[in-house]
Amino acid sequence: MKFNVEVKVSLKKGMLNPEAKTIERSLDLLGYKVSNTKTIDIIKFDIEKNNVEEVEAEVTDMCERLLSNPVIHDYKIDIIPRKPACEWTK
Amino acid sequence: MKIGVIKFPGSNCDRDVYDVLKLVGAKPEYIWWNNKDLTDFDGIVIPGGFSYGDYLRAGSIASITPVIDGIKDLIKEEKPVLGICNGAQILGEIGLIPGVFITNENPKFNCEWVDLKINTTRTPFTKDFKKGKTIKIPVAHAEGRFYTEDVDLLKDQDQIVLQFKDKNPNGSIENITSVCDESGYVCAMMPHPERASDDLLGSKDGLKFFKGFI
Repeated sequence: MKFNVEVKVSLKKGMLNPEAKTIERSLDLLGYKVSNTKTIDIIKFDIEKNNVEEVEAEVTDMCERLLSNPVIHDYKIDIIPRKPACEWTK
Repeated sequence: MKIGVIKFPGSNCDRDVYDVLKLVGAKPEYIWWNNKDLTDFDGIVIPGGFSYGDYLRAGSIASITPVIDGIKDLIKEEKPVLGICNGAQILGEIGLIPGVFITNENPKFNCEWVDLKINTTRTPFTKDFKKGKTIKIPVAHAEGRFYTEDVDLLKDQDQIVLQFKDKNPNGSIENITSVCDESGYVCAMMPHPERASDDLLGSKDGLKFFKGFI
């Protein structure tokens, strides 16, 4: 079965995010007042496995070993099974 | 002394490091990223640059290449390993040193001469200095802000090697810019000692780091 996977990697709460701070200051230059700006990396891919549990286990492993650095990052995994209707359009 | 200089796609300080190793009397040899048998080598330098275009995070992709297995084998034999700039980021990503180097507080590429304090002389690379001495070596990085979850542990275990003296150009925790592993044989540093290896360049304080291999 095919799954769409989306991994969101963000800095841990409380960690300084210089890129987000710069964006926030730049928005202020244009007159937009915003706060709490964050930047998040999104990595998307497809994977073929028997069930959601298998996908979750493998993608968690990917996050721990490469996609994130557990010292500074949190990650969130979204798994969406590809619906048969999508398969039908092939 | 046969010292390996690791080359990744995107390494760009490898030739400088090679020349300085020759200057101090070592026998440098380039090692390509896919070579994992490093048994002949007496030490390793992971030079600076932008391995794999800094994709994902600086050093993250280099940290999972075959040559890293070879480096880990050498570390088991207590052979010295020096990671400079991108090399330091790679050692952080592997987890061979305690902490990581992340985007500067002011997120620009910072290229300047800095004064550094020698905080420990127990590593092979700083053994010829006097503890507390100030040296002059340039930095060149955008992702060099040292961060660790437990800085007190590093102090207790004497793992802080270099600290910025007067000015901290990247906002690192406690002005730290170089740390070593528990043994002291693996050292990661953001400043470029190879760029301070001749009076013509403005300083030769960096030479002693390479003499440490001899």
